[in-house]
Amino acid sequence: MPEAASIDAVDRAIIDSLQGGFPLCERPYAEVAGPLGISEDQLLERLQAMLDARVLTRFGPMFQVERMGGAFVLAAMRVPEADWQRVLEVVNAFPQVAHNYRRESDRNCDFNMWFVLATETADGIAAAVRSIEEASGLPVFPFPKLQEYFVEMKLAVRT
Amino acid sequence: MSGAPARSVDAIDRRLILATQSGLPLVARPYQQLAEQVGIAPQEVMARLARMLDSGVIRRIGAVPNHYAIGYTANGMSVWDVPDERIDELGARIGALDFVTHCYHRPRKLPEWPYNLFAMVHGTSRAEVQAKVAEIAALLGAACRAYDVLFSTSILKKTGLRIAG
Repeated sequence: MPEAASIDAVDRAIIDSLQGGFPLCERPYAEVAGPLGISEDQLLERLQAMLDARVLTRFGPMFQVERMGGAFVLAAMRVPEADWQRVLEVVNAFPQVAHNYRRESDRNCDFNMWFVLATETADGIAAAVRSIEEASGLPVFPFPKLQEYFVEMKLAVRT
Repeated sequence: MSGAPARSVDAIDRRLILATQSGLPLVARPYQQLAEQVGIAPQEVMARLARMLDSGVIRRIGAVPNHYAIGYTANGMSVWDVPDERIDELGARIGALDFVTHCYHRPRKLPEWPYNLFAMVHGTSRAEVQAKVAEIAALLGAACRAYDVLFSTSILKKTGLRIAG
């Protein structure tokens, strides 16, 4: 498993304060930096450093593709170990694949590649599934959400 | 500018989305930079972002931490086979647990995949995640016919949504 990155108390405070509600004003970084006790320049430098170090995967607006008429669907594949690298390259090459995680279970579940398909139109999902199946030669199992019971990151920084 | 219906993304909004989908500019006046890129006034950039926040096209403007980097080095997708007629009641209870970040009813794919309830559990170790999963199992009791926990072992790609330019 990857190690947690080394970040300091100021970085942690920045991450916690930037979970949402980023100001819409002329100098938003200055507004956020003030209560943190750092300067606008320091905030910008630290944000850039955390993005470079991949402590942050992104900073900016988070779009909900469903509200634009698009779709966001979890899908999985059962990829034989010997074929892993080839299939990974095939799947990741699709721009519709927004996230992709390798997963394993103690019970040897063979659904080992899990990705999220994001498309601008709802029918783009079925087309993407077909294209990935054709390109990889393996079945793709889409798991569209039928009901959402809770979706909000509610994690505090733990390092 | 509030109360805009969902899906009302016009050509200028689309240019703004394209300009920000890899992130907000890390400069003192990010909205001014976007305004220059898109060819509208900075006030209009802010007004359009506010409208997209109101309508839900933008969920939030903020930082997306890498779970591993902020200490959540173990992340388990717990999957459960529960009776369809009770799934909404059980899903609501599981989703309300403070260690569950996402909880969904998703379709089974029989015979390969019997599970219909997905709950994402984050922790600082696999043992911590397993202990939380055991709490879910106890809560479900006899309603749980089978379950599994899939741990992520690596992030293979994480780019977020990309719309074509």
